[in-house]
Amino acid sequence: MRVRGSAALITGGSRGLGRALGAELARRGARVVLVARNGEALRRTVEEIRRAGGEAHALVADVGEKDAIYPLVGAVTALAGPIDLLVHNASVLGPVPLLPLADTDCEALQQVLDVNLVGPFRLTQAIVGSMAIRGAGLVLSISSDAAINGYPGWGAYGVSKAGLDHLIRTWAAEVPAVRFASIDPGEMDTDMHADAMPDADRSTLRDPQEVARWIADWLERAEDTPSGARVEAALEVHA
Amino acid sequence: MWPRGERLATRLLHADPARDTLVDRRFGDLPELLRAGDLLVLNDAATLPASLRGLSRLGPVEVRLAARAEGGRHWTAVLFGAGSWRQRTEDRALPPLLAPGERLQLGVGLEAEITDVSPVSARLVGLRLEADGERLWPALYRAGRPIQYSHLCGPLALWDVQTPYAARPWAVEMPSAGRALTLALLDAAAARGVAHAFVTHAAGLSSSGDAAIDQMLPLPERYEIPEPTRAAVQRVRDHGGRVVAVGTSVVRALESSAQRHGGRIAAERAQAELVIDRDSRPRVVDGLLSGIHETGTSHRRLLEAFAAPALLDRAFAHAEERGYLGHEFGDLSLTLASAH
Repeated sequence: MRVRGSAALITGGSRGLGRALGAELARRGARVVLVARNGEALRRTVEEIRRAGGEAHALVADVGEKDAIYPLVGAVTALAGPIDLLVHNASVLGPVPLLPLADTDCEALQQVLDVNLVGPFRLTQAIVGSMAIRGAGLVLSISSDAAINGYPGWGAYGVSKAGLDHLIRTWAAEVPAVRFASIDPGEMDTDMHADAMPDADRSTLRDPQEVARWIADWLERAEDTPSGARVEAALEVHA
Repeated sequence: MWPRGERLATRLLHADPARDTLVDRRFGDLPELLRAGDLLVLNDAATLPASLRGLSRLGPVEVRLAARAEGGRHWTAVLFGAGSWRQRTEDRALPPLLAPGERLQLGVGLEAEITDVSPVSARLVGLRLEADGERLWPALYRAGRPIQYSHLCGPLALWDVQTPYAARPWAVEMPSAGRALTLALLDAAAARGVAHAFVTHAAGLSSSGDAAIDQMLPLPERYEIPEPTRAAVQRVRDHGGRVVAVGTSVVRALESSAQRHGGRIAAERAQAELVIDRDSRPRVVDGLLSGIHETGTSHRRLLEAFAAPALLDRAFAHAEERGYLGHEFGDLSLTLASAH
């Protein structure tokens, strides 16, 4: 897809990869709308993008809430026009420190699924039709190694990401006019990673800005990847 | 009543103006009623939460946004007095008389000022919303609700009033002829050689409960025709295919454009002023999907450009007799010559 001139909606845009990707896409000429629950951090991010000459808008919403979806989509399209790129980046770990499934409350699992899986389903459903009738558009979800492998403590998060990958595959099979993909960004030096693994050696973690650049490059040649594919960013970065 | 849950089971009354016939169908039959080379034109406007509770110096009002001036803070709105959507609009109390300069609190972070009052009715006003961009839209979505209909058995949520392909929130009432369309049905039509294209048209209020205002409907509405749609319509017309509008708003956009440009539509962003009725000769649109409309409504007047009043009267009587659901969110009609 062509990033320049496109309208991009990125959830979880106040920090970490979402924030870095918002800045990178705006730098490349996209009209970026960032969504997050934390309004203050979000507005700071948007201010930074604007100071650097990019176009960005901030909308405060919780993508895990059913009632938030249509107001969000309405506001985004009013501000930036019909959406060309939807990035499901927002996600929650659930309670930290991470707990094994045997100790995970079902309410905690439910909350992780609401934000990481059901929210992206609802948001895609509210947007994909407008992409389909244009015969264009790209829906990207940020996945994780935990979607593939079962790591102790990562059960709720991993299940949500495995489900999200499968949503992407199924949307791809059902809506050929729109492109879908999951990207596994690898382990990044973010607040979320620090919450999950506070003792990790940060020097071994990827810089979210570097991953954001990789994703932006990938977007420019997304047509080379079959729709619905799961793409591992980390491996290709190191290659 | 309540909208049918199974969209493809929505009933479809096919009125054929060429043969002067009526046939009962289901919405899922739509692709069979079209032929290869036809073009479905959709309105991709999302529906705003256009009903706002306002507090004025003189008491509470309901503000129904009717139209937005291009790119600005200025809107046309119709005011309603005390009461709720459960009452028919014509039975609602009158709102307080608000003069230019009166202010309205429309919810947290959203204020408005009356800028002008129509000479036709004191309920038809110009309104300036005192917010823009990032501050306007979240406040509007927090404060507003979709316009409601007293013939429905419950309140409509924002998701109930969106077509499956809605994008920018331009419509104040749902372009409801597209309510039953699904992506799968568009694919099924495409497999039969029926393409689709879209316009964005700011569908306005269908009624106001005020006879003087209703006479003026539809008010001017802004529309946008993208270049691929212009090209698709031209191609279809050049090859003898038919342009089938999904909803009266699409007819208005395409015919307004055709009128401005000597019979051909242009890729443009403009204001639809054209009122279509039995004296109109459609230049671009061959037929349309629409609701089941009774005499006296602006939708019915528009249908008379496509079919004789006698056929439309028969269609309405037939729909009533066979238990079709009427009004907004009811069953649908297709006014189009038969495919074979």
